[in-house]
Amino acid sequence: MSAGDKQWQPRGQPGGHPLPLTRRHRWMERMIVSMQDPDMGIKMRNQRLLITVIPHAMTGNDIVEWLIQKYGISEEESLHLGNLIVKHGYIYPLKDPRSLVLRADESPYRFQTPYFWTSTKWPATELDYAIYLAKKNIRKQGDLIEHEKDNYNLLHKRINHTWDFVVMQAREQLRAAKQRRKGDRIVIDCQEQAYWLVNRPPPGAPNVLEQGPERRNCHTTRVQLVSGGVQIEYCRKAMARTRVKSSICLEGYIKFNEQYVPHDPIMSGCLPSNPWITDDTTYWAMNAPTVTTPTKLRVERWGFNFSELINDPLGRAQLLEFLKKEFSGEGNLSFWEACEELRYGEQSRIAEIVDSIYQQFLAPGATRWVNIDSKTMERTLEGIKTPHRYVMDDAQMHIYMLMKKDSYPRFLKSDLYKNLLAEAIIPPETKKRVFPFMRKQRHSSPSPALLLPAGDAEERSRSPSTAPVPEEES
Amino acid sequence: SVSFDEGLSNHQLSAVHQVAERVEALGQFVMKTRRTLKGHGNKVLCMDWCKDKRRIVSSSQDGKVIVWDSFTTNKEHAVTMPCTWVMACAYAPSGCAIACGGLDNKCSVYPLTFEKNENMAAKKKSVAMHTNYLSACSFTNSDMQILTASGDGTCALWDVESGQLLQSFHGHGADVLCLDLAPSETGNTFVSGGCDKKAMVWDMRSGQCVQSFETHDSDINSVRYYPSGDAFASGSDDATCRLYDLRADREVAIYSKESIIFGASSVDFSLSGRLLFAGYNDYTINVWDVLKGSRVSILFGHENRVSTLRVSPDGTAFCSGSWDHTLRIWA
Repeated sequence: MSAGDKQWQPRGQPGGHPLPLTRRHRWMERMIVSMQDPDMGIKMRNQRLLITVIPHAMTGNDIVEWLIQKYGISEEESLHLGNLIVKHGYIYPLKDPRSLVLRADESPYRFQTPYFWTSTKWPATELDYAIYLAKKNIRKQGDLIEHEKDNYNLLHKRINHTWDFVVMQAREQLRAAKQRRKGDRIVIDCQEQAYWLVNRPPPGAPNVLEQGPERRNCHTTRVQLVSGGVQIEYCRKAMARTRVKSSICLEGYIKFNEQYVPHDPIMSGCLPSNPWITDDTTYWAMNAPTVTTPTKLRVERWGFNFSELINDPLGRAQLLEFLKKEFSGEGNLSFWEACEELRYGEQSRIAEIVDSIYQQFLAPGATRWVNIDSKTMERTLEGIKTPHRYVMDDAQMHIYMLMKKDSYPRFLKSDLYKNLLAEAIIPPETKKRVFPFMRKQRHSSPSPALLLPAGDAEERSRSPSTAPVPEEES
Repeated sequence: SVSFDEGLSNHQLSAVHQVAERVEALGQFVMKTRRTLKGHGNKVLCMDWCKDKRRIVSSSQDGKVIVWDSFTTNKEHAVTMPCTWVMACAYAPSGCAIACGGLDNKCSVYPLTFEKNENMAAKKKSVAMHTNYLSACSFTNSDMQILTASGDGTCALWDVESGQLLQSFHGHGADVLCLDLAPSETGNTFVSGGCDKKAMVWDMRSGQCVQSFETHDSDINSVRYYPSGDAFASGSDDATCRLYDLRADREVAIYSKESIIFGASSVDFSLSGRLLFAGYNDYTINVWDVLKGSRVSILFGHENRVSTLRVSPDGTAFCSGSWDHTLRIWA
């Protein structure tokens, strides 16, 4: 743990930062209030706890039913939600009060008094906890449960100077409690117990108050001052920006959905089967980056847009095959790949890569000279005098668009593509296992980190594309 | 055709759901936990998939970072960071390295080695340096660059080999909690979300914010692009998830329910973008029909907050990580 960690006490823990009234507390409280609405809330009545009658209580079933009705949710969800409310101490059980759990049965529950709501009474002080434990200690004549005993001893040491006060206060509270009716005593004990279960959870129980590292760490005013001019510029640009009509955008979603849903394994399943469900990895083997015969769905996908084709290593290889037959087609793809290597490559190699691109593709008489318009070429050649990562952007975009608008449509109409479609496989669905209880052995696969010897691994990590850049032909 | 927006109020706004009548409703939806990964000794905070579709990296509060073959549930690598609350981790595109960071304010890259005598920590490379906690990190298209988000209110792009800062992104008024790189063809932008309730879209090359959205009522914990790259979803402490369209430049959907009162910590789309999976602080995962705006399913299983959620690269499953120390694979 570094020194910096000392400041980073997660919130919601003893010694941590005080818990602000968070959204979820507010919303739980709103729920609690509507649960207690005289007309629309839960019907409360007397509940029997052995021989004692407790007023203004309800059953676990009542809570679950009310949540189902109010939010139109299932019993499972209602039970889950109710459990969260109980875990946060807004409702407590009268029977078995050590366990903040909601049971969907006739067990009696009560609403926690707002005095004990986390949002009202936070942070729980050591003094209050000491008094609570001292009361228990006296009542149980020293027979506390383990973690409470540990805490008691710890506190006794830590606030030893006020211990007389603690014991005095504990005795006073016990004496006052004896004056009350048994029913009231039980309720007050349960309320207190629930409060401390939330604020001092026993070891192993989740701490519902824990928040994670502190947020709101940056100096807001400073950042805003710095970016004032930037903000004005941003607003000016924003106002000038053209926006696409919503209806057109929405059409886009419909179309995308139609195209891709059949390819979505979670929506439409996958053939032969989903490896996670059947433990059969055939699906992965058949869709590996490089296979001899791709699946039909995969080949179809190459027809959706140029991006799908070029980003699939197999698709890109097929595109390369097609381009080989075209004038300078193959060079275009290589140029684009080299530009990707520049954009995503190491900072230290920029000058080297730019020079390599220039020599191969841009220099007069280059073996794989790319045909870009004169303006772009001029700009690019000027730019490479001071090479940087984005110096080829314009040229790269030009070539990309050329491939997309020109080569790609012809690729889709080509015999090559048509044959790929015709020969592509549709795997048969895996028949259901005869003995479904016998689990198929789950085979491991070699880690990508292992696939190549160390030297090549470096090469591999450098290249942004998974397909190797084609060798220069002599 | 492109035209200026009509400038309608939110109610008249043609939200996605209005055209979605033309889309078929989803049938019965069943997803189950198919794997449970146990091994972290404390809250799981973040996870990421390897491109091989089965390996994952996960990080936790106690500083442990573990690489698993989640198909077999075998642990393949483990390293203990010198700090707690490792809130960010990412798998390199090559599958040969991982990145992680948290309360140490840094992002470090560890090459994955199978050498018996090698200690993973020995080859550790310290890449990013922020002035506050690291909340998110992601490799770009290669192992050579990392994008980070921090509690210091900024995002930054780094060269892994040299640790050089390539670009920084200023504009959030508070901690940045999440980021996602755009899948677009040009590969030039990313979106970030923060405690200032804003989602901001950035040009990676210039460092400028190009679009900004502010409709959430609280911290944005997670942002994720819709697969086409034309929109992105967000999950927030205000208990809602929202969809923002980049071309229309506005929010086009809200995913919320009266019974959901805890914050959404992590969101991701299914492969087609039809489903949005969202992990919540109430321990559940809600599955939303992105187009219809309705909730399709609620998944129980975790015993504490769901802190991280990612769909696998081929969309066959998704993984959730939780404060209950476990990760689950759902399919």
